[in-house]
Amino acid sequence: MSNVTHADHALDHDDHKPQGIKRWLFATNHKDIGTMYLVFSCLMFFAGGTMALIIRAELFQPGLQFVDPGFYNSMTTMHALLMIFGAVMPAWTGLANWMIPLQVGAPDMALPRLNNFSFWLLPFAFTLLLLTLFVPGGAPAGGWTLYPPLSLQAGDSFPLTIFAIHLMGASSILGAINVIVTIMNMRAPGVSLLRMPLFCWTWLITAYLLIAVMPVLAGAVTMLLTDHFFGTTFFTAAGGGDPVMFQHIFWFFGHPEVYILILPAFGIVSEIIPTFSRKPLFGFEAMVYASASIAFLSFIVWAHHMFTVGMPLAGQLFFMLSTMLIAIPTGVKVFNWCATMWKGSISFETPMLFALAFLFLFTIGGFSGLMLAIVPADFQYQDTYFVVAHFHYVLVPGSIFSIMAGVYYWLPKWTGRMYNETVGKIHFWLSAIGVNILFFPQHFLGLAGMPRRIPDYATQFADWNMVSSIGAFIFGFSQLLFVYVIVNTVRSGKKATQRPWDGGRGLEWELPSPAPYHSWSTPPSEEIINRSSAN
Amino acid sequence: MESLQHKNRQLTLRLLGFACGAFLFVFALVPLYDVLCDIIGVGNQKNLLQRSSAPLTALQSAVANDSRRVTVEFIAVLPDIGIWEFHPLVKSLQVQTGRLYEANFIAHNLSGRPQIAQAIPNIAPSKATAYFRKTECFCFTPQRFAINEKKTMPIRFVIDPALPSYLDRVTLSYSFYDNSMRTAALN
Repeated sequence: MSNVTHADHALDHDDHKPQGIKRWLFATNHKDIGTMYLVFSCLMFFAGGTMALIIRAELFQPGLQFVDPGFYNSMTTMHALLMIFGAVMPAWTGLANWMIPLQVGAPDMALPRLNNFSFWLLPFAFTLLLLTLFVPGGAPAGGWTLYPPLSLQAGDSFPLTIFAIHLMGASSILGAINVIVTIMNMRAPGVSLLRMPLFCWTWLITAYLLIAVMPVLAGAVTMLLTDHFFGTTFFTAAGGGDPVMFQHIFWFFGHPEVYILILPAFGIVSEIIPTFSRKPLFGFEAMVYASASIAFLSFIVWAHHMFTVGMPLAGQLFFMLSTMLIAIPTGVKVFNWCATMWKGSISFETPMLFALAFLFLFTIGGFSGLMLAIVPADFQYQDTYFVVAHFHYVLVPGSIFSIMAGVYYWLPKWTGRMYNETVGKIHFWLSAIGVNILFFPQHFLGLAGMPRRIPDYATQFADWNMVSSIGAFIFGFSQLLFVYVIVNTVRSGKKATQRPWDGGRGLEWELPSPAPYHSWSTPPSEEIINRSSAN
Repeated sequence: MESLQHKNRQLTLRLLGFACGAFLFVFALVPLYDVLCDIIGVGNQKNLLQRSSAPLTALQSAVANDSRRVTVEFIAVLPDIGIWEFHPLVKSLQVQTGRLYEANFIAHNLSGRPQIAQAIPNIAPSKATAYFRKTECFCFTPQRFAINEKKTMPIRFVIDPALPSYLDRVTLSYSFYDNSMRTAALN
């Protein structure tokens, strides 16, 4: 067979693509796979968002109104798992699939079939996870951190959850390997590492974090599985194990994981702010080194998630100080973004608005993180709504806003059409206002002592909970506008030019809009690379 | 020059190897965790679950006229509610360092079936763990209980006179686990 296809193969190229369902089932094209990742992520975002609204509806008033406490606990657990592994991480992989080959001048990802496999693992993983809603005992309800012994007491959902996590882990490890191989081996001649856009850089660092820590999570949940079914006692005190060890292992994965969720956001913001400030990024190399330092530090700070579990004073001091150290590279980034805008000729299109909101609100989340790093203060804040407020500030206006910024920014390149700027701006303002009404009062609730993961609460917390729930519904429903904007763009947007943003630098803007099905089949010339390189 | 395909395959295999290494690393963390606990003394099961190896006479002779007093508190913890009654006979003891003392815990099997229980000790502050010498303890071996059996179980201990001078209160706690399934599997 191979001797026949060889000649045909050359003719196969151009714009030929398989039609119908096969195009998606057997997809090897990085743009198709990227699109599938992004659509999947959007579905999970709405599924997880629905769960969040169930939580906020229950918390609208004190007392039990809508759901029973067990189901409520399932909602907090499933919301976290869906949003982290189903919405944010696949969105990053989708953006990486779409943009990295375009930005480094490669014809496709390095391992297209592996790419297909790593995407198609996800629907199976999340089918397993969502099935747990219908098994006896209900969905996992012990928190997404799966701490034993509580997680070991789950019903039939337990093995399904563990296998779902294994599949998600395998998917993201394979996706990460693909990104690393693409960036290392597939760059067009002339695109040196330090000439790559920052999105590729932060993704490269993220990919290394992924292959280092996703197996750690896989190992930890495997131990849970054998503790539950095969009589091992890794975490069972009765047999000489230690449940605290699970917390150490989990957070050894968990802290790098939170940077996996935010580092690509730094990359996107580092591209959008220069574009709309019409200035090159201030301190490109400093940004690269800062990202790498954040990634390195993420491996030595895990125990700040578990100060109250008990550890020697020297340990508390070490984890407190190393955590505070992260503020330095992060501060470098924030100041570089500010310096990029300084004296720039700024315009405020929707991507820029989302990037600016990211800058302000992510920084608030960073500051509350510093408060949590202080050991004696953390003893007060541990497991309160203050923690919930903190990580939602870094994840929603942090990761989610920058994903939306990226989608608005690159949508013209993907679809060849412009989105509706007016609706985009309405979406932005509703989101930005909604997210603050939603999460800012949770700081007050936490400082006043309201614990997290409870369906009912003392009446003194009633007012701010009501405000927070109102914000949740504003934020949640305004995301329907996002879907409207995208569908509207694809269906009937105005034709986009090759360069919809006049300040945009980077190889993706050297391609026509929409980017052809096969791009950079011939690598970009040196002249194009020099012209487009921002660094 | 090696082909791109070859280079891609090489790097992919290396990264897959790295991921497998990370997976194995988790299991290496388990013994490493025990070593770390040993060094810093937190939850040090080796000291807590075994008969003290220090000769008793050496401890006692070192303190012939030591009058230092330490309060030892006893706590009983039940991870499973309703199937056991478990508590110390006295809540605390004033002890002299270097002297042998006995304290008793009472356990009552309410589960309606025979049980094999395992008590897991812990000591706070963890610094004191190394100085709490047990010569006899019901935690050294699994404890068998018939239906509705009630037992008084002793522990005998000496507080090492080398206990840091800033410590005047030591808390000893026992969590009492039903371990029947695991013990049955072992036998």
